[in-house]
Amino acid sequence: MRVLVPVKRVIDYNVKVRVKPDGTGVDLANVKMSMNPFDEIAVEEAVRLKEAGKVEEVIAASIGPAQAQETIRTALAIGADRGILVTQEGAEPLAVAKILKALAEKEGVQLVILGKQAIDDDSNQTGQMLAALLGWGQATFASKVELGDGKVTVTREVDGGLETDELKLPAIITTDLRLNEPRYASLPNIMKAKKKQLDTVTAADLGVDAAPRLKTLKVVEPPKRGAGVKVATVQELVDKLKNEAKVI
Amino acid sequence: MGILVIAEHDNQTLKPATRNAVTAATKLGSDITVLVAGEGCQAVADAAAKIAGVTKVLLAEAPELKHSLPENLAPLIAELGGSHEYLLATATSMGKSVMPRVAALLDVQQVSEIMSVEGPDTFTRPIYAGNAIATVQTSDKVKVLTVRGTAFDAAPAEGGSASIEKIASKGDAGLSKFIGQELSKSERPELTSARRVISGGRGMQNGENFKLLEAVADKIGAAIGASRAAVDAGFVPNDYQVGQTGKIVAPDLYIAVGISGAIQHLAGMKDSKVIVAINKDSEAPIFSVADYGLVGDLFKVMPELAEELSK
Repeated sequence: MRVLVPVKRVIDYNVKVRVKPDGTGVDLANVKMSMNPFDEIAVEEAVRLKEAGKVEEVIAASIGPAQAQETIRTALAIGADRGILVTQEGAEPLAVAKILKALAEKEGVQLVILGKQAIDDDSNQTGQMLAALLGWGQATFASKVELGDGKVTVTREVDGGLETDELKLPAIITTDLRLNEPRYASLPNIMKAKKKQLDTVTAADLGVDAAPRLKTLKVVEPPKRGAGVKVATVQELVDKLKNEAKVI
Repeated sequence: MGILVIAEHDNQTLKPATRNAVTAATKLGSDITVLVAGEGCQAVADAAAKIAGVTKVLLAEAPELKHSLPENLAPLIAELGGSHEYLLATATSMGKSVMPRVAALLDVQQVSEIMSVEGPDTFTRPIYAGNAIATVQTSDKVKVLTVRGTAFDAAPAEGGSASIEKIASKGDAGLSKFIGQELSKSERPELTSARRVISGGRGMQNGENFKLLEAVADKIGAAIGASRAAVDAGFVPNDYQVGQTGKIVAPDLYIAVGISGAIQHLAGMKDSKVIVAINKDSEAPIFSVADYGLVGDLFKVMPELAEELSK
């Protein structure tokens, strides 16, 4: 079985995000970029399935600028077998899903594992959209994946607790935080990753129209919350909550 | 061309989150239909028909709709996209799973987690874990939206008298099966709709110590939450998590105990009306958003607080 894992290059999760003063977006100049953390979990899960002998090949794909090659190399260092870069900047989730559909069909994959959301646009859409376009089953927010014969059983983190669903293969899975803890790539594996195959195509090569549907009119900082006061004792706190804030 | 709101329910009761989406719908127009899809859920449809502002309820009942499996639910909603200009659901785990599937079936780019309606095609939404707010305009004819529940007050549960019309399911897609669920049982209010929330972080040290929070929660009728660190450490189950990747809450009172205040956590609670932080580290970032900060050892402070509240 072949697995496709899409990986997105995003602003590193440790970097403090700054909104540009002109309100056109977020400042990405000279900012550290990394693989979307949820995608790292997706790569790790796919590689573990391969190590367990349940999967023959793991393909990492990224849709983005030329620098997204680095993100693919990170996936290859974790253990993906080869990579595909689709050079297309600013693609929205629907366009990304269309590109991934083309790749999934071309490569004959049986399973696509994606991060549940990217930490830049926080859309939480691509996996579900891809499932719809392919007509496959989907399991979002996975915390446990059991690959069986022609099916996959997925435990999902839902609002009330946990839900377990069974999907017929081929299928789509999106990862939540507690599915696994991604490994650190070792130096030898990082060196090996440099020699792995990485092909480059364009959205047009795949016959996908990636024209955006949304227009960002402005981006602003959220309203700031001022720090309040420090209280010295529990008695003072309860008094303030009762008589000043009037919330208890 | 009206507005369709997807009801959130468990076949027995209508979840309050639905009423937040109805309020968002009232900002878009007055022709508001609620879709109740499930099995044996007439009572849910009756409740939806009473929500103030709702003009019609569509009720689809079939075994394959019982567990809101997106594979079976999305085609039904997508078909209704032919007669509705807006398709809305609250951004719960159900809404997040189903709506993008609907959007793709309609070739629409969904707008996720809207916080306000700025015009018929223009909305604000949080990006970068809430560190920036984007105003986006869509060019799609049908608008598929998920709604951030805390950004819209719940519509009154009573006051409406909508008609209920039965519609047919689109059948079982045969792609997925519901196997089971483990839902956290609690006598306390539900986290996302509670008016008071008390959350614990890594400083709680273990799950047993959450009893200290429970004692206070019992006194003020609060729900219990946690930071990602506390969930990752296994102190409490995943559905306690408050934060950008967990639940978004905006209660009247939020008490953060032993929580340092990572951006990820702040994104999930900073719209609370009053925030209290209790932490032994006076430099913890949580104090920068807290209305009332108490620097101290939570193991001393919490029992004192429970006692003070019983007075």
